[in-house]
Amino acid sequence: MLAYVVRKVLSAVPTLFGVALIVFILFNTVGGDPTYQMLGRHATAKQVAELRHEYGFDQPQYIQFITYLKQIVTFDYGRSYATKQKISDMILDGIGPSLSLMIPAFLVTTLLSLGLALLVAYFRGRWIDRTIVIVCVFGMSLSMLAYILFGQYFFAYKMGWFPISGYEPMWPERIQYLILPGLIFVAVSLGYDVRFYRTAILDETNQDYVRTARAKGLSEGRVYFKHVLKNSMIPILTNIVIEIPLLILGAFLLESFFGIPGLGSMTIDAVHNSDFPVIKAMTTLDAMLFIFGNLLTDILYTLVDPRVTFE
Amino acid sequence: MTTKTSDQNRNGVAGFGAFVSSHVVGKGLLRDAWIRLQRDKIALLCIGIVALYAAVALMVQMGWLATPWDEVVSGAYQPPSFASYKTILGTDIFGRSVFFKVLQGTRIAMSVGLVSSLISIPIGVCLGAIGGYFGGWVDDLVVWVYTTVSSIPNIMLLIAIAFLLGKGLPAIYVALGATSWVSLARIMRGEFIKHKSRDYVVAAESIGASHRSRIFRHILPNVSHFIIINLSIQFMTAIKAEVILSFLGLGVQGQPSWGVMIDDAKLELSRGVWWQLAGATVAMFFVVLAFNILGDSLRDALDPKIK
Repeated sequence: MLAYVVRKVLSAVPTLFGVALIVFILFNTVGGDPTYQMLGRHATAKQVAELRHEYGFDQPQYIQFITYLKQIVTFDYGRSYATKQKISDMILDGIGPSLSLMIPAFLVTTLLSLGLALLVAYFRGRWIDRTIVIVCVFGMSLSMLAYILFGQYFFAYKMGWFPISGYEPMWPERIQYLILPGLIFVAVSLGYDVRFYRTAILDETNQDYVRTARAKGLSEGRVYFKHVLKNSMIPILTNIVIEIPLLILGAFLLESFFGIPGLGSMTIDAVHNSDFPVIKAMTTLDAMLFIFGNLLTDILYTLVDPRVTFE
Repeated sequence: MTTKTSDQNRNGVAGFGAFVSSHVVGKGLLRDAWIRLQRDKIALLCIGIVALYAAVALMVQMGWLATPWDEVVSGAYQPPSFASYKTILGTDIFGRSVFFKVLQGTRIAMSVGLVSSLISIPIGVCLGAIGGYFGGWVDDLVVWVYTTVSSIPNIMLLIAIAFLLGKGLPAIYVALGATSWVSLARIMRGEFIKHKSRDYVVAAESIGASHRSRIFRHILPNVSHFIIINLSIQFMTAIKAEVILSFLGLGVQGQPSWGVMIDDAKLELSRGVWWQLAGATVAMFFVVLAFNILGDSLRDALDPKIK
């Protein structure tokens, strides 16, 4: 077990290095020197030189790369161009609102879609299965922006059930601002998830052990919840990691529409303000989150399926 | 065919029409697939929808349709009316035809799908083929490259590339092309590993076929159906991503695209102006739906495993 964990952690190191290299090449080599953009076209040579020195653009590329690696390790990404705040502080401020939106939304999505998937798998081929699958494919085809705009317009503006946008750091006041964006996230991701889990579960229901379980007289409920669900855990866990980018995109759009001051709004503001260091830091952190998520599922695999360790 | 029911259930599109493949044998992979696809009426309908969008895009590109789109056809924010075909979807803030903007948006969406596929498919096929075929350190390198690229959440990489290359359509092409080759490379690598030791490849080697000839003339035609399946998904992803990027202000500039129209709509809705949002959303919905279903049908028709 421990050897497996260590091996997995070590195997993430080259990936992390690769991510650092790609982000560095994008921002420091392709992106080049953003000082002119920051100072406007009337900047004097002296101003440009000072700013270049301040942000280290006068250093050779390999020094800049080492500086960037240091930033990753020490979680100190310097200051934002636009707000002059420390980026690490901005990120710490943004994590709370983002997590309080995305964690409940994600949990509800996963539980609801697993429940629906079990239901349609049980009724496979019947009208309820067909209807839900068709609804899912239709739902998957609609743009996330359409969900957000319609949801905000109809449920918040027209019906007045929720605040249109805004945020309150205090609990429980915070909750009322998070319900509608959370529900919209659930609606957006449900279609894909139900279909994915349905396939994963149906793959299992065709296995021999299910026939055996039925043959020895277990109830359908026990067959599904005890045997099938347990054995589908590997694709389910995998899907949860695959969803991380969707969570990030969801956070972008939902936070900016509903005025929630999380990491998504911060990134969108940075894009609008051409705030290089913030975008760079967020790209790095999101990639690290993804790698960490992958690592975590690799380790969780061993808990749901003891055979994994022997591979 | 005994596995038919379970396969349909597994792929989840049983509701969209079934194909019967009992009589299809031995006429070549693509012809078999085409015969099977012809029996799947819903898939044919989707091909029709995609063809219609492609035709509209082409006609707009040639200047035969929806030109000039920036002509003032009526007052600002006129609701849809059947007075003229130009106003069936109403007008925008400058009195321009929303219908024309939707058609122009079709051109952008289809061109983003096409150009990004033209960039990503060669990258994905070549990297996957080389890694899977040669193995060893070459394979390690290929796997490292695609693991790394796929570790950066797509939307962040898209934002970074589009942001750094400057706003506009070329940046979107490159950003989407550079990020979307990974899944194809992964599939190709797996297939090449499977195929490289098969008898027909060994036979080719024994009569002196070079590596290049074995990869491109012998193995590639046998795994090319994965490219077609991938193409459908790629188009769908590209269209969705273009809308998001344009919405974030990183996309198309000075031209109407569905994303730009949806972006405009966020300020219009509270004034009761729903037609710009509806036009762009509905136009996008049908083409994405068609690609979604087509992707599944193509997999059913082309994947020899379930023959």
